[in-house]
Amino acid sequence: MTSTSDGLGPPSPPGAMEWIRKNLFSNWYNSLLTILGATVVYFTLINIITWVFNTADWRPVTVAPLLYLVGQYPREELWRAGISLLMVTFLVGMSWGVWKRYVRAFAIFMGILLGILAVFPLETTTITLPIRVFMLINPFLIYLGYRIGRLQSVHGRHVATLWLITLLLIPLVILPGFENSSLLPKVPTTVWGGLLITLLLSVGGIVLSFPIGVLLALGRRSSLPVVKLFSIFFIEVVRGVPLVTILFMFSIILALFLPSESRIDRVIRALMGTVVFSAAYTAENVRGGLQAIPPGQVEAAKAMGLKNFHITILIVLPQALRLVIPTIVGQFISLFKDTTLVYIVGINDLLGIGNAVLNLNPEFVRLQMEVYLFIAVIFWVFSYFMSYASLQLEKALGVGER
Amino acid sequence: MVTDKYFHKKTPIWRDERVLKAAAQIISSLVVFGILYWAIGNFLEITQQRGMPLSYGFLDEAAGFPIKESFIPYESTMSFGRAVLVGLINTLVVSVLGILFATLLGFLIGLMRLSSNWLISRIALAYIEFHRNIPLLVLLFLWYFGVFTRLPDVKESITLPGPTYINQRGFYLTWPHLSERGALFATSVAAGIILAIITWVVLRRIREDKGRETYFGRISLTVLILVPLIGWFASGGEPLWFDVPVLQGFNFQGGLRLTTEFAALLIGLAMYTAAFIAEVFRAGILAVQKGQIEAASAVGLRYSQVLMLIIIPQAMRVIIPPMISQYLNLTKNSSLALAIGYQELFAIGKVTINQAGRAVPVFILIMAIYLAISLLTSIILNIYNKRVQFIER
Repeated sequence: MTSTSDGLGPPSPPGAMEWIRKNLFSNWYNSLLTILGATVVYFTLINIITWVFNTADWRPVTVAPLLYLVGQYPREELWRAGISLLMVTFLVGMSWGVWKRYVRAFAIFMGILLGILAVFPLETTTITLPIRVFMLINPFLIYLGYRIGRLQSVHGRHVATLWLITLLLIPLVILPGFENSSLLPKVPTTVWGGLLITLLLSVGGIVLSFPIGVLLALGRRSSLPVVKLFSIFFIEVVRGVPLVTILFMFSIILALFLPSESRIDRVIRALMGTVVFSAAYTAENVRGGLQAIPPGQVEAAKAMGLKNFHITILIVLPQALRLVIPTIVGQFISLFKDTTLVYIVGINDLLGIGNAVLNLNPEFVRLQMEVYLFIAVIFWVFSYFMSYASLQLEKALGVGER
Repeated sequence: MVTDKYFHKKTPIWRDERVLKAAAQIISSLVVFGILYWAIGNFLEITQQRGMPLSYGFLDEAAGFPIKESFIPYESTMSFGRAVLVGLINTLVVSVLGILFATLLGFLIGLMRLSSNWLISRIALAYIEFHRNIPLLVLLFLWYFGVFTRLPDVKESITLPGPTYINQRGFYLTWPHLSERGALFATSVAAGIILAIITWVVLRRIREDKGRETYFGRISLTVLILVPLIGWFASGGEPLWFDVPVLQGFNFQGGLRLTTEFAALLIGLAMYTAAFIAEVFRAGILAVQKGQIEAASAVGLRYSQVLMLIIIPQAMRVIIPPMISQYLNLTKNSSLALAIGYQELFAIGKVTINQAGRAVPVFILIMAIYLAISLLTSIILNIYNKRVQFIER
């Protein structure tokens, strides 16, 4: 009665042996390749593992992990960076609750990462118990935010407003502080550094460049020849030169074109360069989205009697921007990696801190491999999971499926 | 009459589209030129205070700084213009070689990624994910400080066949030079290439017009090999001599020396870009519809013909545009050489700024050169795109 009747039921799922035969040893040269590949992988892994656990000297990293996170930000004011982190994680949780699967992958990744950081065994005195506890709060705060975000009365626009307020508050109020303030004493940007600067520059770059990029994209498609010409000129010039030249222009050349008494903060100048660079690329991405809107949409809106301005704001842009969200996320990831170049103009980002640690301690002179590998791993983890999250976002948005 | 009132009323000036458009353009140009005017005014004031006029006359003055690596003769007594030229050539050399290696490696990794063998495909994926998620600058530092500065010193050089010696000071390669009678051989190589291209084009056109097989591939390949071979024997069999690096005292003499900076930049750039090219290549192959391949097999083409006549021509349409933009990225990314000390265009520009004290002219020159490279490439790309586009109905 147990009818596994021959040839009638669905084919049984292939067993492990079947899978191996089909995917690894289907013919003689595939078998050869598999054996060759397995040998290479085996020896590479063995070498890497022995190096990481036996040969490598991780002191330059473990001696001051906080340096890599926040640079020389005064340790007694560290709670301010911590508060900023808590605010962000809470909002990430809320976004997860409100926008569900669009943000889910990212929120979960962030929670896991911070959780791991909190309990990571490091024999160092700088990571004190309060800091670990602080880190450990974050995953729970994400979950709390998620529960709050799921409440009926919380809407997307509330969360968006909160994001806007937070993103203004952190870099303008909480981190820099004020002169003569006892609660938030002034912390000059010269001591900011590490991952903090990397994140500020990349998030600030993408957020600030977005409106400029949208305007440039509209300008490039405009029917006004002068506006079109300016937009094309800006976009093509910026895209035609390396990022280093643009950063360099803002860090050195810009001062020559401003009134001689004006001084712009170093970090702000780097941010300006990042924004200008990013805006040109955003413009091209948004233009791609604009081109994908069928002309019938505009014609229909015209038939309804909408003005050009309203057609753009109400019909074209909302559809186009939805299309380009995944591209913008991809652009953010590459901007995140590109911010390492600010090291060349003398900003202490993650890479700059790494070099400072190497150059200031004579005992670490031969330990470049360890430091750069550590930095590479940080970038790798962030970029990899952000691209994973952006893939999930793309699936959730259903871009390319219509 | 209501209709009359609405139809015959003249459009007020603030709602006339032509007026509005003109006003928008005038206002935007006023804003842009106003900012420019203000900035240039500031600039002129500052330059007058410091006494560094905006002119390119300094390009003829003696540079006064050495350049470690140059593919054309250069001394520090030569002009700034010459130094910038050296930088440009250094950029072009590393870019062209980088593009060559990146394409070959990217092609290989892309093939591995498409392999039906699970392990090989995963190895390729690991390579791609490793390179795509780490900043290029960090990769360059890893190569330069992590690998190349840790090479053995001169006495314990790594010896590779060739002979090639690798040590802390660089790579010493055996390098061919033309001998006295080598000119004949060089001419025959050039003639072979030109003749092969002509044969290819002519025979191919004949096949397309007449529809009969002309074996253009095989015949032009034969020409390509045969003509230089004749040149080889005509020049007495020894048109080349090899400059072999020899250890003399504390260093190697002779041969072709590549600095470790150059090698680190080249390898870092090529391997980084290869990861992106592999993905471009894979996407291109996957973009060819399966039905095309099945249809081609159904009409009886051999697999090699399917590959050459069906898959590659269609994949190329998809591959070439992003590939060119990767090439451009590589060229622009070569400016990161500044951080590891290979003196290409941007690095030399920076030294020139320090030496000549003319930040703005040098800077405009450097940006103009990069822009020219980019624009030239986009023009070529656009021409190509127009030629291979599907003719849409």
